[in-house]
Amino acid sequence: MSTTSPDVYNYTVVRQFAIMTVVWGIVGMLVGVLIAAQLVWPALNFDTAWLTFGRLRPLHTNAVIFAFGGSALFATSYYVVQRTCHTRLALGPLAAFTFWGWNLVIVLAAVTLPLGITTTKEYAELEWPIDILIAVVWVSYALVFFATILKRRVKHIYVANWFFGAFIVTVAILHIFNSLAVPVTHAKSYSIYAGVHDAMVQWWYGHNAVGFFLTAGFLGIMYYFIPKQANRPVYSYRLSVVHFWSLIFTYIWAGPHHLHYSVLPDWAQSLGMVFSLVLLAPSWGGMINGIMTLSGAWHKLRTDPILKFLIVSVSFYGMSTFEGPMMSIKTVNALSHFTDWTIGHVHSGALGWVGMVSMGALYYLIPRLYGQKIYSVRLIDLHFWMATVGIVLYITSMWISGIMQGLMWRAVNEDGTLIYSFIETVEAMHPYYLVRFLGGLIYLAGMLVMAYNVYMTVRSGRAEDAPVLASAH
Amino acid sequence: MSDFVSEFWSWFIIVPTVLGLVFCVVLMVANTTTPKSGEAETMGHVWDEDLREYNNPLPKWWLNMFYITLVFGAVYLLLYPGLGSFAGLLGWTSKDRYDNEVRAAEASFKPLYDAYLATPLDELAGNADAMGTAKRLFSTNCAICHGADARGATGFPNLRDHEWIWGGGDAEIKTTIAAGRTAVMPGWAAVIGPEGVEQVSEYVYAMTRDPLNPSFVEPGKQHYDTVCLACHGPEGKGNPVLGAPDLTDGVWLYGGSLGAIRHSVGQGRIGVMPPFGELLDESRIHLLTAYLNSIRE
Repeated sequence: MSTTSPDVYNYTVVRQFAIMTVVWGIVGMLVGVLIAAQLVWPALNFDTAWLTFGRLRPLHTNAVIFAFGGSALFATSYYVVQRTCHTRLALGPLAAFTFWGWNLVIVLAAVTLPLGITTTKEYAELEWPIDILIAVVWVSYALVFFATILKRRVKHIYVANWFFGAFIVTVAILHIFNSLAVPVTHAKSYSIYAGVHDAMVQWWYGHNAVGFFLTAGFLGIMYYFIPKQANRPVYSYRLSVVHFWSLIFTYIWAGPHHLHYSVLPDWAQSLGMVFSLVLLAPSWGGMINGIMTLSGAWHKLRTDPILKFLIVSVSFYGMSTFEGPMMSIKTVNALSHFTDWTIGHVHSGALGWVGMVSMGALYYLIPRLYGQKIYSVRLIDLHFWMATVGIVLYITSMWISGIMQGLMWRAVNEDGTLIYSFIETVEAMHPYYLVRFLGGLIYLAGMLVMAYNVYMTVRSGRAEDAPVLASAH
Repeated sequence: MSDFVSEFWSWFIIVPTVLGLVFCVVLMVANTTTPKSGEAETMGHVWDEDLREYNNPLPKWWLNMFYITLVFGAVYLLLYPGLGSFAGLLGWTSKDRYDNEVRAAEASFKPLYDAYLATPLDELAGNADAMGTAKRLFSTNCAICHGADARGATGFPNLRDHEWIWGGGDAEIKTTIAAGRTAVMPGWAAVIGPEGVEQVSEYVYAMTRDPLNPSFVEPGKQHYDTVCLACHGPEGKGNPVLGAPDLTDGVWLYGGSLGAIRHSVGQGRIGVMPPFGELLDESRIHLLTAYLNSIRE
């Protein structure tokens, strides 16, 4: 059993979140595979309201972003902040509350979304009572995190904590302001914003859910686990300063690129596009710092599957943060918007970057949390290849399908009529939906391999809390 | 521009935008160093036993990429609307662009469609090019409800059969397409009670088939004559002026089973054909009417 002595790190909450990351990852990806299958074989909704695509799609996105991604962020940030501050996690009971509170949010989401209870705001579908619970949990998270930073026993704050800190503060602001609503019943509310203001606030939130939840937070993971696993110093402190400040400044503007060619005023669309383009270099700063940290130790990539996970994830990060600015250019967006290209883009970030960096971090963490070597390194390697193959199938099929879809939509005859009816574009996408489903299935299967590996490791290990390190300058 | 209620809000956009771009430049300039030769040194801090940081210079190619995007951004914001109420040197607006595209499209397609409009419907139905265009218009605008083959679905009328709820003449079809239709069958459960619904449904069912419950037919007729007759007529032949369907022709928009009829009688039905006059001009509606005539069986 773990002790509560202040002389050891609080690994209890880290263990809880780490295990739930695997559990929620499987659940969220399973729902994703199911809805991908429904797009290939529509009969799979079984004519049952709560099994239809419209209800399960938000369940999938909420489960992978907030349940899987969120648990990974809680686990890693709680681990990293105490270890790099050389002090036990502050406010232990509150940290325990964040675990139970966050999981309650997830369970409530898993019940309400299939029932059709939704605000209809993308990535913010949960209704107002759950939103309030999220806000309470999130503020508690901030208190635990920053109280730990305050009582640190090292002078400097490690770079990973800058990113975790920015992520925690910004997500609190985004969530609270986007969710402001007037409740009507216990399960229905109306946003306080109307019309185009609502759309703008929604995508200010929506894009920064990507920017801060799925980027800044996971950069925090990258900045700890890559140098640790590679046993090399971070490539450049200076680069981390420049890309940190420019990233968090620039990201917050990028939301309007979701509303190109809409009723959003032209000036706001222009600013959204310009800052999305400017975002390319700050994003790549993180990729450079991650990959170049390995310089001098490239040979480790051959033998260390955890490093493979981490480095390939950063490569996918670089790829999708190149693709994103390109898609935000209005002319490109005119083709890509509303097509599967967007779905492919999101998944190169979600499966490639967020998924793989979390998996790499978990494979690093689990043995240390349970005082037991990982059950099988070969299974990590197998998981790595399954994940990679799954992603490649997913992204390439969505590129082809999306670009084809965009071109078919805009194809016009000499008499001004559309060459393709809508149903013809759906027919044309069908084979690619099958490939996408297979890609997702392989990725999910990899996750099951991970679950087995983690289970076998945990079964023969025991919860172990490491002693707190001495203070340092 | 009308987006701003006062100058203040315009500057509220301009100042942080410009300062932000300048901030990015200053941040880079302040951190640009020339690479030192020799072994890289760490910053001297150590976290968690072995976490250290080198302080390598910012990669040159990366810096240049950053500067290029910033210059692009600055130029773009000079040329296009972006900085608050400043309209941009090009004077570009998305509304102008849209209007110009629509105008250009109209100019290039108008002669063709004007010629179609001047052609009588019968003649148009025999023109393969015109019917090709009409079929594509149908696929884009009508097929989503009425089906690619125009045979409809439950709640969406079949356009190839002989029943035209709102009338099948040329003028009536054009009106239906341009102005849309809203059909309201009230629900009668509250008026005639559940038993009354059973009885009148049986009566309507028996208009075209052998009754399943012969004893309901007679009381059903009495209800029919009280509440249904006004729209559907004494013999159930319907009334196209009201959009009241013929109940004797074997065509059932919402299903002809006893259960479906009961639902229609008890709960009512609302059918909406949206108006397409905003989307399709007279010549295109003319073409679609000829097309519907040509596929009628």
